Amino acid sequence: MVARSATSSPELVRRRLQAGRFDVAGLVFRVLLLAALGITLVLLVTLLADVLSGGWAVLAGRLGDFLTGRLGITPTRVGIGQGLRGTFFIGVFVVLIAFPLGVGAAIYLEEYAPRSRFTRFIDVNIRNLAGVPSVVYGLLGFAIFVKGLQFLTGPDANGATVVSAGLTLAVLVLPIVIITSAEALRAVPENLREAGFGVGATRWEVVRHHVLPYATPGILTGTVLSLARALGEAAPLILVGAVSGFLTEGDSYRLTELRERFTAMPMIIYTWAGRPQAGFRSATAAAIVVLLVVVLLANTVAILLRNKYEKRR
Amino acid sequence: MAVGTLDSDRLTLASLKGNPGRMRRERAIKALFLLTAVMSIVVSALIVLVLARETWVFVSGVDPASLWTEGWFPRRGLYDVKTLFVGSVLVTAIGMAVAAPLGLGAAVFLSEYARPRVRRILKPMLEILAGIPSVVLGFFALNWISPQIVQRLNEEAALFNLMAAGIGVGILVTPLVASVAEDAMRSVPRALREASYGMGARKVTTSVRVVIPAAVSGLVAAFILGISRAIGETMVVAIAAGASGGSLFSLDVFDRGQTMTAAMAALAGGTDAVKGAGLTFQSLFFVGSLLFVLTLALNLFADRFVRRVRQRY
Repeated sequence: MVARSATSSPELVRRRLQAGRFDVAGLVFRVLLLAALGITLVLLVTLLADVLSGGWAVLAGRLGDFLTGRLGITPTRVGIGQGLRGTFFIGVFVVLIAFPLGVGAAIYLEEYAPRSRFTRFIDVNIRNLAGVPSVVYGLLGFAIFVKGLQFLTGPDANGATVVSAGLTLAVLVLPIVIITSAEALRAVPENLREAGFGVGATRWEVVRHHVLPYATPGILTGTVLSLARALGEAAPLILVGAVSGFLTEGDSYRLTELRERFTAMPMIIYTWAGRPQAGFRSATAAAIVVLLVVVLLANTVAILLRNKYEKRR
Repeated sequence: MAVGTLDSDRLTLASLKGNPGRMRRERAIKALFLLTAVMSIVVSALIVLVLARETWVFVSGVDPASLWTEGWFPRRGLYDVKTLFVGSVLVTAIGMAVAAPLGLGAAVFLSEYARPRVRRILKPMLEILAGIPSVVLGFFALNWISPQIVQRLNEEAALFNLMAAGIGVGILVTPLVASVAEDAMRSVPRALREASYGMGARKVTTSVRVVIPAAVSGLVAAFILGISRAIGETMVVAIAAGASGGSLFSLDVFDRGQTMTAAMAALAGGTDAVKGAGLTFQSLFFVGSLLFVLTLALNLFADRFVRRVRQRY
């Protein structure tokens, strides 16, 4: 009995077929692949450990002060209150502007647009916009929102306000919102739409009551990911003129003070990372931990949402 | 609702048209969505317009001799383009030397070797890495990669150096390369693999000789997109490569240096943004235009390869 089960075991069959030779190339290849993935993940873990250990002293020692404090030149007294406020309002602008515009454009492209050259042009154009480097969006924001529309975005601060930054980043993530929302809409089964049309619903009624509810988790995943992207972008902020040194205003959440000078988390990290004093290293690391908590939380929510949604199918 | 009389004698074309109010709402909603879709074209047009306008001022006013001198010192009227271009090429080359093997290895493992359960754990980890803001990687490149890796390899390396920046950019680009490459390999039909196994090929042979060649267009697209992203990456270089005031032409990757993107950030940084003599301000847009054209060309090129994969399978 034992002998019989052994002869039929796949392990033995494989050994017979390989005529006793060991699959060296296969092993080497597998090890190389694992090494590639391993190095990548080790780097990720090292990065997280490095900032966490670097920022620990600040986070454990004076978390409250650090979260509410202001910019400055004394590393032991600086705080990120103004940065959190700027980042919060940038997020608000992205949610209020990029999300509706992006989802609207995606609905047009997937549900309404005829198969025409114009539609194809819009489509190609959006994909190219998604590949434009973020500094270039910074230039756009500088020329249009900071200079061109200064009377709207804040004449007293020369246009370098959180309004300009929020609008610039909303424009930056717009193509990403469109692309991911369009993908979610494309995944909605066609018979759902046909059933709607079959009972006499108009296109909008079908979209509103059948397509959108089905696609919501997918759209949400994409929008949350793009929000995370917007909150972490620093390059456009530099061009729009986020403040890096002293800032007397910029910790009020009142809407009337939106058109004043501002700073945001990525800008703070960029500035502090360039300062030579040792104290700023731990302050920077602590600021990074706070930013990562915000950004990675958003990412994790998006990934979990998508995984749950994929499983349901 | 359209309650046309269903009396067959009186059933006219008009009664089949439906409720005019409902139709009007339908048309208004369609127009609204079209408007949101057209926004993306407006954004593209504005980018081109803004870049073109200031670039024209720069090109028509600049002394051609100052475009080819010993270095990039915009505040002193020296706009040596090759310094920045070579810097970008160096950083991109180092970045891709890191991202290409890591990304490709991770992609082959995830697509060919990993069991679904392993994949469900590893894939989100790569996505978390993709979500880390580039300022954070810049800090990591300066504070960990530079002293722990670069200065160990070459003891004479400066703390700020192009090598560390390049490696940082590589880590940033790896998830992108991995995800596009994995998509390409997963879209290779299962039948091709089965046929290869049927011929008695091992897993390595099947991966290297069948799946990778079948997915080659997608892999090329992954690399080109990676290059495009690396060229456009700003913050890692701005933080880790130093040289914020300007830099001499140099091919030394172990010393300070500048790329097109970092030069823009450096020029715009500081208080009240871009001041300086003459054409300093316009040089920002000139470099921006170069960057825009370069990444656009690469993205269009990559798009062609992606489409080729889609057509084949």
